[in-house]
Amino acid sequence: MTVVIIDYGSGNLRSAAKAFERAAAEAGCNGKIMVTSDPAGLRQASHIVLPGVGAFADCWQGLAALPDMLPALEEAVIRQAKPFLGICVGMQLMATTGHEHGVHDGLGWIAGEVVPIDPDEATLKIPHMGWNEIEIDESSHPVLADLPSGTHLYFVHGYHFTCANPENVLATVDYGGPITAVVGRDNLVGTQFHPEKSQGAGLRLIANFLGWRP
Amino acid sequence: MLKVRLIPCLDVKDGRVVKGVKFVDLVDAGDPVEQARLYDAEGADELCFLDITASHEHRDTIYDVVAGTAEQCFMPLTVGGGVRTTDDVRKLLLAGADKVSINTAAVERPDFVTEAAGKFGRQCIVVAIDAKRVGGERFEVFTHGGRRATGIDAVGWAKRMAASGAGEILLTSMDRDGTRLGFDIELTRTIADAVRIPVIASGGAGTLDHLAEGVTEGHAAAVLAASIFHFGIHSIAEAKAAMKAAGIPVRDDQAR
Repeated sequence: MTVVIIDYGSGNLRSAAKAFERAAAEAGCNGKIMVTSDPAGLRQASHIVLPGVGAFADCWQGLAALPDMLPALEEAVIRQAKPFLGICVGMQLMATTGHEHGVHDGLGWIAGEVVPIDPDEATLKIPHMGWNEIEIDESSHPVLADLPSGTHLYFVHGYHFTCANPENVLATVDYGGPITAVVGRDNLVGTQFHPEKSQGAGLRLIANFLGWRP
Repeated sequence: MLKVRLIPCLDVKDGRVVKGVKFVDLVDAGDPVEQARLYDAEGADELCFLDITASHEHRDTIYDVVAGTAEQCFMPLTVGGGVRTTDDVRKLLLAGADKVSINTAAVERPDFVTEAAGKFGRQCIVVAIDAKRVGGERFEVFTHGGRRATGIDAVGWAKRMAASGAGEILLTSMDRDGTRLGFDIELTRTIADAVRIPVIASGGAGTLDHLAEGVTEGHAAAVLAASIFHFGIHSIAEAKAAMKAAGIPVRDDQAR
């Protein structure tokens, strides 16, 4: 197993890498966790992780600025169907378009748009920041194994992913109404929350992802 | 539903905890990483390090502390104290901090907050406001650990910082800090109600009831405390149980 965490200048990836190492060790997986900005790294990858913090536009520009990264991602994730995990803005980048700091194309892997959270309740703070419970439909996804509805995970975001196809929403979170917490289809999964910052529950999700054979 | 966050804070000087938790099972009570691990295991919702290192030559010690913590604690970590440039922010984030708190530097140059939020995302920029009562009803921003008055109105300042790109506000009452008399509820509520971003109440929590009051009466989205957890007076679990009993939604299911 070789997990490639894509480094395109969005935040610190060392703690993310450490979380993957810990989860892999606890799950008894033998493998390598690589943090790289080199698209060639995707060829060796068994699993691909796209993190992201900050604004959609900045993350998209950072990712697109890496030479050959977008076609390499398309090849590894869409054509070769390697298991893929997007985290926070990395999850939002899977969308068709993002509306933060202008309108920007995303990877277009999961149809939908990334728009501001705008709860009716004026007392709800923006960004949505802290521990909140996920709600999962009856059809449980392998990556969400042992993470039942009510599990707390750590969120920090001011924008959210509205999916065109409800089937792509694997879990939601309530913040003045349901907000997409996990998206997925085929070999793709994305979490709005930060599993690498969600203590035991987050490590469990990472271990599930590492053991996933879509 | 979103839970109210309980955030223990550790003062770190020259890479060592000042006034740390005196628990017998800690190998080294002065080691910030050991203490961070304890709070992590107890189910703290976030951690905060305040670097109070005075001497310039020891400033880099905080990076090792942050890196050591981030390698072992998979939870959000905020670091503040002496953050003056975007390079300081970058170094702390690269070491493993998730959020960086800016205080005096924001007052000296408010554009710094906008620049840092633009560069790293507003989710990681916390603006720390130290406020003191002046002339009865008014609250004024102080810097340099509460020693220097700025003449700036704290409520207006909080609004300005929210508009400038702060992701949240860490609000400390300098009248209450260290007194264990409870948060300044009026200050907390006035600012929490004035901005759309989350406000963390800080300064003065001396009992578990105080923590709850910061939320129920102060309208804070999170409460930060240091001394209440020192010397093993109260555990994180006890604090959460007290908050829950006061009707506050808390995360208390984190079995490890």
